[in-house]
Amino acid sequence: MGAAIEVSRLTKRFGARTAVDDVSFTVQTGEIFGFLGPNGAGKSTTVRMLCGLLAPTSGEASVAGVPVAADGGESVRERISVMPETPGLYLKLSVAENLDYFARLYGIPDRAARIHQALTAVGLAQRANDLCGVLSKGLRQRAALARTLLNEPQVMFLDEPTSGLDPAAAHEVLTLIGALRDRGVTVFLTTHRLDEAERVCDRVAILNTTLRTIGHPDELRQTLFSRTLAVITAAGLPDPEAVFKGLPSVTSWQQVPQAQPAPPAGALAGYLLAVKDPVRAAPAVTRALVAAGADVLQIAEQRASLEEVYLQLITGEEKAADRSGEKGALR
Amino acid sequence: MNTSRITAVVRKEFAEFRRNRFVVMTASILPVIFLIGPTAQILAIKATTASAAFDRRVDYSLFLPMLVSVFVPAMLAAWSVVGERDQGTLEPVLTTPVRRAELVAGKALAIFLPALLISYLVYGVFFAITQLFAVAPAAAAVRHAPQFYAALVFIPLLSAWAIGAGMAISTRANDTRVAYQLSILSSLPPVAVAALFSFNVITADFTSAVLFAAGLLVIDCAACFGVSRLFDRERLVLGTRT
Repeated sequence: MGAAIEVSRLTKRFGARTAVDDVSFTVQTGEIFGFLGPNGAGKSTTVRMLCGLLAPTSGEASVAGVPVAADGGESVRERISVMPETPGLYLKLSVAENLDYFARLYGIPDRAARIHQALTAVGLAQRANDLCGVLSKGLRQRAALARTLLNEPQVMFLDEPTSGLDPAAAHEVLTLIGALRDRGVTVFLTTHRLDEAERVCDRVAILNTTLRTIGHPDELRQTLFSRTLAVITAAGLPDPEAVFKGLPSVTSWQQVPQAQPAPPAGALAGYLLAVKDPVRAAPAVTRALVAAGADVLQIAEQRASLEEVYLQLITGEEKAADRSGEKGALR
Repeated sequence: MNTSRITAVVRKEFAEFRRNRFVVMTASILPVIFLIGPTAQILAIKATTASAAFDRRVDYSLFLPMLVSVFVPAMLAAWSVVGERDQGTLEPVLTTPVRRAELVAGKALAIFLPALLISYLVYGVFFAITQLFAVAPAAAAVRHAPQFYAALVFIPLLSAWAIGAGMAISTRANDTRVAYQLSILSSLPPVAVAALFSFNVITADFTSAVLFAAGLLVIDCAACFGVSRLFDRERLVLGTRT
């Protein structure tokens, strides 16, 4: 399968402010691609450029195999659907009337059946005749999602699709997004909810004006964090350094909590071991602990969450910016 | 131009008008005022009314209803784009295959058709009441006034002007209130010229009326093209052009 979205050196400036700077990435057909970043990072601007709503200052992009051109991208817009951050529904019209309007704009022949299909997919078929103005925020979100399903798009751009939904409804929407992947639809998911990005996305990109990183959540963890083994023993080791030093693949260790002195005998003790290869290190660590007479309760690889990856990239960089700012101010 | 997309826009706009009683009510106030005022003026004419006062009342009564064809569409057109942007419904529409000319045409038609209907209805009701209940000379004066028949030609031209100017302002405005105010102001120039004709400041003859109508028609056509060019997706999404 080829690329559904290809972005090459895309840049957008608003006067002196650069919203998106030299961003390049590729999204494969049928992939669920998470686009993460703090407020003002340029996520919506990127999506708007890919939809042909904004003209890039420089760079190129193609969506569904069609080059994107602002204000002339009718052929792109036929192949995509977009759910913006706000549902954008006509509140005086019913759910079905809202969908009917868009079905007509897309030129869908069998509108009634397609509308029913879309509403059923998001669990709103029973509310088809309700005015959008009387729906809760969550139901409006679902109606907007149903609207994006109408034209059976090749690429869907979803901006915070679970915003305002209760956990059960959010779960349903994420399941629906997963089902879209099975139908070969490419989903470009802009979200702040890192847990849901981790759950549904094949790959994620983290943007903060420039593209900070891109990859599978697992790859990002491995790239950004040293791998760690968490060890819990029934009692504190008398000489942990003697136990852990020199073990294959173990590069360093620390006691958790790090407060000294070491826990008294009889209390649980925890150790975090930085390792190069957990698969190789875990058996050696276990043997060494047993040889030292320790009662091992647990040895497990500790995984950094996507949230930690995100914070490492975004807040680490903000701190660096603050530091350079302080230095500049001192000069 | 895809006519089914234009029809879709018109249908949606009509459905919104129907559901939004507040819009219907506020749009009805002006026609009612401009119907009651002039009709009462004609009905108040007595057989003994002096000739000069008589003529003034007929001129005034035939001019005022014409304002309906300008102010009602001007207000609706002022909201049409900036209002949709404010309520967040414009961006999803702009991501569909609809072309800007189709969207402009649909929105303009959805304002033009009811504006025309209301304007002609006001003149029709005015004409019927005056013919039935006014004293014979007053009824005859209305029936034979050239302004009355000229108004029937100028109504669509003035409406088109108001819609073109209103939509152009609406695509550029960042605030609905500003759009309303500018839209009403922009409707005044052709109304002023029409007033000069109606009150015989400019002596109206067939040639001058045709020239004025032709001038308005040219401006209306240019406005259609111009509004379509102004309907730039980037400006509409951001409220400004980068």
